Amino acid sequence: MRSCAESFTGYILRALGRDYGERLLPRGLDITLCDQLFLIASGLIWNIYFAGFAIVFGFFLATAVALARFSENPWLNRPAGAFIFFFRGSPLFIQFFFFYSAFVLLPRGGIDIPLGVVTLTVDTSPLTTAQVGGLLVLILNTTAYSAELFYGALRSIPRGDLEAADAYGMAGFTRFRRIIWPNMLRLAWPSYTNEAIFLTHSTTLVFLSAFPARQQSGEAFYYARYFVDQTFNPFFAYPLVAAYFILLTLAIIGLFGLANRRLNRHLPQEARPRLRFRPQYIR
Amino acid sequence: MFEFCADPSALPDWQWFVCYLTSGTHLAFYRSFVVVVLLLLVVAPVALGMGLLGAMALRSHFAPVTLLGRGYVNLVRGVPDIVFFLFVPIALGQGIEWVLHQINCPDWDQPIRQGNDFIVCREAKMPPVGASAWARDVYAFGMAVVAFALVFGAFAANTLFGAMQAVPRAQTETAEAYGMTRAQAFRRIVMPQMWVYALPGLSNIWQILIKATPLLFLLGIQDVVYWARELGGAKTSLYTYPHPDWRVWYFLVLLAFYLFLTWTSERGFGWLTIRLSRGQATAEGERQRRKGLA
Repeated sequence: MRSCAESFTGYILRALGRDYGERLLPRGLDITLCDQLFLIASGLIWNIYFAGFAIVFGFFLATAVALARFSENPWLNRPAGAFIFFFRGSPLFIQFFFFYSAFVLLPRGGIDIPLGVVTLTVDTSPLTTAQVGGLLVLILNTTAYSAELFYGALRSIPRGDLEAADAYGMAGFTRFRRIIWPNMLRLAWPSYTNEAIFLTHSTTLVFLSAFPARQQSGEAFYYARYFVDQTFNPFFAYPLVAAYFILLTLAIIGLFGLANRRLNRHLPQEARPRLRFRPQYIR
Repeated sequence: MFEFCADPSALPDWQWFVCYLTSGTHLAFYRSFVVVVLLLLVVAPVALGMGLLGAMALRSHFAPVTLLGRGYVNLVRGVPDIVFFLFVPIALGQGIEWVLHQINCPDWDQPIRQGNDFIVCREAKMPPVGASAWARDVYAFGMAVVAFALVFGAFAANTLFGAMQAVPRAQTETAEAYGMTRAQAFRRIVMPQMWVYALPGLSNIWQILIKATPLLFLLGIQDVVYWARELGGAKTSLYTYPHPDWRVWYFLVLLAFYLFLTWTSERGFGWLTIRLSRGQATAEGERQRRKGLA
């Protein structure tokens, strides 16, 4: 039996790969409560990695897609609408399978892109890993969901604010940066916070679907499931992973709450919208 | 299925495909779509019933019942998504076996949990030892239904509770002024009117339910995802129908199937909103009245 300290040094970074702790995961009767505590905690590294990068990239892409959706040019708003419909209308779980099986078909040697004099060879093999391919699917998915939220916010920007911008002679990018964008974010922020939470929760699906967990390095729920398979006792690992996710959720609410305060700093105290956690999970 | 399918290797392309797509495993694949739709059709009313019970518990004036309702709704909503789907069937399965064990084998002296094994006596096994494969499938499916109904019941309870509160207060007050009891006012005034307020939320929950159905795969049920993986994988010439890796096409079909489901239900709920707004004291109902539709 390992002591708790040994479990800690052996497993707290194990999710990064077998070079960062014990080579093998604990098995069968050898599993201690501390093993579960620390190995599942180490899996959170990947949950934070997936959620963090997906939210950062998705945020900017979603702004672009929402603007395209809002534009009156059919060449922009039709494709944006189709993109949103595709990713919001189908289960993320199936999207993972679909994209993985598509990425596997890409040529092994990479794709050659001729650029006049030189030829650029793009290596496509990382796409079959969860860390790149899975992240890409998550980015596209959250882009669609957030774009729909931002689009709704764009439609409800107060007319007075736009008229005031016109009165000041603002146009084009200045008008967008100073009036439209802050207003859009302010209006969409409470629901965008929820979107960030759902996205964080859906990072649990990455390794449950097609993407392989190389060297058994997976995210928190992957390890929880591993322990339940090994011990056949769902009453410790699942509540534990749920507790970790509640902590993660509280952290997101805290961070996004700070941003919310800043976005609404010009409003009187009682008019500021409060963030409310409205879980609806599965996407 | 067809007579010319006897030797597929010697067939022209279109006949090969006809035979391939009607092979026994493909028929099982098509049946699994029916399983998805069946799950939706079974879960929806059960979850709605759970939701109604939950919402009534939340509204109750009897403190322990209110507390129970609140506990249920908040517990399910506070625990992340699929943890619940994987936790409920296995926990419930062990719970049922434990209860049966206590009833059937009172003189069993060994502990049930021995190391990593969960051991109950032979009579307490669920599904019973020697049950047919069909019974095992039904049992697994039933577990999935319970898990889905528990989770979506909590979502629905919250929505329905909000909808009940949204029915104008003056309406129930009028009912009480006419001498109706609380139960009568609820049945005759609140229930018929609350649906139009509940509809946006219910439509949302329905869409989420549709998109949760592929998780059946994680519960070990041979659903659409299982068959798409099985059939799509590359088949060597040892198989009757050898082909390269076609998984991407199979998953494309699944995507199309789910897009079709969500799209049609969106249309359906749009129609239902208009239908339920007839004669209601809402903007849509007012518009219909002015047009002379109602």
